[in-house]
Amino acid sequence: MYWNKEIETMPREKLRELQGKRLVDAVERVYKNVAPYRKKMQDIGLEPGDIRSIDDLYKLPFTTKDDLRDNYPFGLNAVPMSEITEIHASSGTTGKQTVVTYTDNDLKIWGEVAARSITMAGGTNKDIVHVSYGYGLFTGGLGAHYGGQTIGAATIPVSAGNTKRQIQIMRDFGSTILMCTPSYALYLAEAAEELGAVNDIKLRAGIFGAEPWTEPMRREIEQRLHISAYDIYGLSEIIGPGVSGECNFKCGLHVQEDHFIPEIINSATGEQLPAGQAGELVFTCVTKEAMPLIRYRTRDISTLTYDACECGRTTARMSKPSGRADDMLIIRGVNVFPSQIESVLMGINEASAYYMLVVDRKNNLDTLEIQVEMRPEFFSDEVRVLENLKRKIAKEMESTLGLSAAIKLVEPKSIGRSEGKAVHIIDNRHLY
Amino acid sequence: MFINQVSVFIENRSGRLSSITKVLGDNGIDIRALSLADTTNFGILRLIVNDPKKAEKVLKDNGFTVSTTKVIAVQVEDTPGGLYKTLDCLQGANIGVEYAYAFITRKKDGAFVILRVENNEIAVEHLKDCGVNILSEDEVYSI
Repeated sequence: MYWNKEIETMPREKLRELQGKRLVDAVERVYKNVAPYRKKMQDIGLEPGDIRSIDDLYKLPFTTKDDLRDNYPFGLNAVPMSEITEIHASSGTTGKQTVVTYTDNDLKIWGEVAARSITMAGGTNKDIVHVSYGYGLFTGGLGAHYGGQTIGAATIPVSAGNTKRQIQIMRDFGSTILMCTPSYALYLAEAAEELGAVNDIKLRAGIFGAEPWTEPMRREIEQRLHISAYDIYGLSEIIGPGVSGECNFKCGLHVQEDHFIPEIINSATGEQLPAGQAGELVFTCVTKEAMPLIRYRTRDISTLTYDACECGRTTARMSKPSGRADDMLIIRGVNVFPSQIESVLMGINEASAYYMLVVDRKNNLDTLEIQVEMRPEFFSDEVRVLENLKRKIAKEMESTLGLSAAIKLVEPKSIGRSEGKAVHIIDNRHLY
Repeated sequence: MFINQVSVFIENRSGRLSSITKVLGDNGIDIRALSLADTTNFGILRLIVNDPKKAEKVLKDNGFTVSTTKVIAVQVEDTPGGLYKTLDCLQGANIGVEYAYAFITRKKDGAFVILRVENNEIAVEHLKDCGVNILSEDEVYSI
């Protein structure tokens, strides 16, 4: 079952031709309308005319999260604000958010690619799609929502949280497809078991993403919820969920290549790597109008294969990311950069800049503990003073990270100092 | 009139309390009284010792986070209602008590209470007016 058979099964030569044509157009647009891109190209003596086909892709400069920060909030937009119809944001590496914009047509593309993923999981207009991703600045909720609506399914914007209500809606509305983070799926499974509702719910498939998960987790979700679990991948900079997704053969995620051209590069040198080799995943948005990022470095480590899939699709498949080229953590679906934590601590007099993050998963929910060294001169014999300090740090962290964290005050100089790259993270979840 | 109390930050990690007492013992410091305030993830150990200056130094040298605070030591009758007289006096003057802890000793009659209040000077004045026996530094350190 295909959502867009012509594109999804297009012979590769034809697909490459289409990608090339769209790439030429995208490069012309950004050169003309986005000053930072024009400057980047001029700096290396590149003109739009130099890009004639997809074989020229490697000549183009990369885009990184830092470029988004430097041009915050709208400096990389290729269209005037009058054409923007939606704005989302996700975590940046420091205080500033990563802002992404969409035109009406971009939202249609988003709906289209998410629809392809839902169709790959067997979804049709007869389904009831239960979206438990958070709705808001985060792209998870609305991306899944647009996908559900595009296929004509009854789409329920349940959003995250209120677990009892989630189960009740599943039971009473008859949800058939669940879309959320895999850890939340396990949490819901547990809640359904506790409420004795597993046999009353009609779910048959789940499409999970926004955080790394493992094959054992997939099996557990499938067994406990009696569903087939599919992986979906995306990042807001490219569009959101739907950049790629699994078909029923579950042998890698089909990249929606007519919109996003994938590459794997050597993170250190920036060189393109051949199919099958692991490296950093890079995407070029060739159809988006508002913010068509060129060669955006995702920092996800993956591999690509162009072999035909048994499902009949000809699109490239990416492997489930096997790690990160940077120190970003994904906690409860929220991207967290240690640099954000450092910047918060820098602003708090009573704390030193040394910290340790301990990430764990308890009852299928991610937990984040931030160990903070108190500066000795601020130590007080009164519990109240130290508790207030803890609360102050917790509040600042929550407002910067968009995620609540447990703050643990530790003794000064108790966190290891290292001369090289400091070790700031203990991740007990072992997700990769 | 005021007693120097040594406070030590204790991370919630096993062995921290025992290593503090080891450092004090190795340096010949006698603990007169102690109180441990504990929360879910840290504690504050408050100590009255025979030599607060030295205690602060040796603990700091051993990497502990230490602060010295002025507190008030009073002697109360070791009978029912003994402490009430003191607290009622402070209450009457509207002086809040941050925390308090008591101890007794073989050498002296009565019970002793360490009081941490908002304003030491005002508290002492009122306690004196109420006829509460306030202990001097020497008295406490040599108990």
